[in-house]
Amino acid sequence: MSPDVSTQAPVEPATASAEPGPVKAVLDHLRGYLSKVRSGEVGALPAVAGIIALCVFFGLAEPVFLSVGNLANLFGQGAAVACIAMGLVFVLITNEIDLSAGFASGVAAAIMAVLLTEWGMPWPVGITAAIATGVLIGLTLGTLVVKVGIPSFVVTLAGFLAFQGLALIILDEGTNISIHNETVKAIAGENLERWQGWLLLAVTVGGYTALQVSRWRRRVRRGLSHEPLAVVTARIVALGGLLTATVFLLNLERSANPQLVSLTGVPIVVVLLGALFVLWSFVLRRTRFGRHLYAVGGNREAAIRAGVAVDRVRITAFVICSSMAAVGGIVAASRAASVDPNTGGSNVLLLSVGAAVIGGASLFGGKGSARAALLGGAVVAIINNGMGLMGLSAGVRFGVTGLVLLLAAGVDALSRGRGSFFGRH
Amino acid sequence: MLLELSRISKSFGPVEVLSEVYLAVDAGEVCALVGDNGAGKSTLVKCIAGIHDINSGTIAVDGAPREIHDPRDAAALGIEVVYQDLALCDNLDVVENLFLGREKLHGVVLDDDAMEQLAAETLDSLAVRTLRDLRQNVASLSGGQRQTVAIAKAVLWNSRLVILDEPTAALGVAQTRQVLELIRRLADQGLAVLFISHNLNDVFAVADRIAALYLGRMAGVVNAADATQSQVVELITSGRSGAVGLPDPNGVQS
Repeated sequence: MSPDVSTQAPVEPATASAEPGPVKAVLDHLRGYLSKVRSGEVGALPAVAGIIALCVFFGLAEPVFLSVGNLANLFGQGAAVACIAMGLVFVLITNEIDLSAGFASGVAAAIMAVLLTEWGMPWPVGITAAIATGVLIGLTLGTLVVKVGIPSFVVTLAGFLAFQGLALIILDEGTNISIHNETVKAIAGENLERWQGWLLLAVTVGGYTALQVSRWRRRVRRGLSHEPLAVVTARIVALGGLLTATVFLLNLERSANPQLVSLTGVPIVVVLLGALFVLWSFVLRRTRFGRHLYAVGGNREAAIRAGVAVDRVRITAFVICSSMAAVGGIVAASRAASVDPNTGGSNVLLLSVGAAVIGGASLFGGKGSARAALLGGAVVAIINNGMGLMGLSAGVRFGVTGLVLLLAAGVDALSRGRGSFFGRH
Repeated sequence: MLLELSRISKSFGPVEVLSEVYLAVDAGEVCALVGDNGAGKSTLVKCIAGIHDINSGTIAVDGAPREIHDPRDAAALGIEVVYQDLALCDNLDVVENLFLGREKLHGVVLDDDAMEQLAAETLDSLAVRTLRDLRQNVASLSGGQRQTVAIAKAVLWNSRLVILDEPTAALGVAQTRQVLELIRRLADQGLAVLFISHNLNDVFAVADRIAALYLGRMAGVVNAADATQSQVVELITSGRSGAVGLPDPNGVQS
């Protein structure tokens, strides 16, 4: 029983306090943030700290890590895992797991490759078929978990095996199918023109600014509690600065031999990741489905009593997860320009789960975000990329990645022990 | 009478849990429902809330008999129940919990500002001063604050009868007082409150009338102002007290 209620000064709920000085408002905001962090709601902090620490470490150990070429490389290497992780977040929020997401991406990629290369279909057909495969897989898994009541761990473990077999059968007992379609290969292989990158940057930062400012003004007008304008401005400037620096760096020449072939611009896969991030962040934070997803993961009984269509929400989570796995499969196929039975296999699934958890999704449900998948995906990609540059063996890399996953899961478990969630945004 | 139960009986198989129970609750009053463990308090509440179907008897709302087969039927009649386990989502904030399942939308987008404003107004009207930040997760709230959120969730929907199942059972002294004050304010605002409790101090602190169940029968309904604690204890433990109560099984009249 906490004594805070009796000792708290009576405060009007959520009414705008008398406007304090701007400096004091900012300090109050910082203090509120710090107390949240201390109580266990650390949000993106561990992942961001991890990214910075890893970049410093690898930058010192292997200077080529900080080269522009390697930056572009990182996006390409991490994209497929980040896509799958974004889908996994949905399943993790509902307190389930999908162990089949890796091979689901392999099956989707295999179907696309067969359609494109062997049947000569146009690329929209191939991509649509791949995503439809993901939807179908998700529907099947979700129905088995929700309607039949088999634990998701078992259903998706069965899927893990079955989809591995399915990919083998589709690929005719293990042939490697090349992808020649230029559009599909461009997804993970081509870059935007320089001016396109700048235009996209302007649209993104402009849109973000408009959203933030209009939200702030709306809350002030309604007399709801709001952040100090300085904090909103700082956030816009920080995001704008980070994105501008990224676009600037990616627009530099990164070809080893610029006379022969020029290599500049923002990789198309970055745009894809950005678009998916915006889409799923919107779904999670601004739609009724997103709200219900968190409710189902937080307290299923409460969600049922509140009239939430719990079964439909849970099945939809599996559908989104497998569909995003299919997108990850398309990206992986595009990057390799081929599909083989090991696409989506090996450590892809574990890296994806690791990415989601490192970013801040909880294995105990109720917590996670699209941002978590991206940040965690970045951590995983940096570890693999950096250790590869250092010439460490695959064995060491697997071991270290496993340790990082364990560390993230440990932080997750400990933060629950403190009786508090990390907070999901 | 807002809610009038007459001759409600309910059996689970051969076990008769409620037998011809009567009870009436009017708007603006707090009616306490007391009784020993197994007296049928929870079953009676679940019958009113639509979780159990009754075997016989009638439930009348505003004088008209109503069929309640489903929690949604109860909600449609303005009956809301706050269960002991509160049913809050720890990972959602106060506003999100208050509106769970009945979110306000602007197109397909959640209208969070409107919900926050409405939540603030509702809490204000209940004179709740203990919730400082409506955007903090429920996990970080104290027991009394959580109870407050659960009660506010029940009254947010133009409900007319709020049923509270042991709302003070897990609370300390100061928090119990706050929740009891909140219950009193609900009645003062014209809601009917049915308040289940084991704690007679709490019951006498807030109730207008006290209904005592004894082995599935209504032993008696007394005015809190006229009754003493020992009379209510007698009703709970033996089903009768002086002239009030069930006929003595041995036929002895006092």
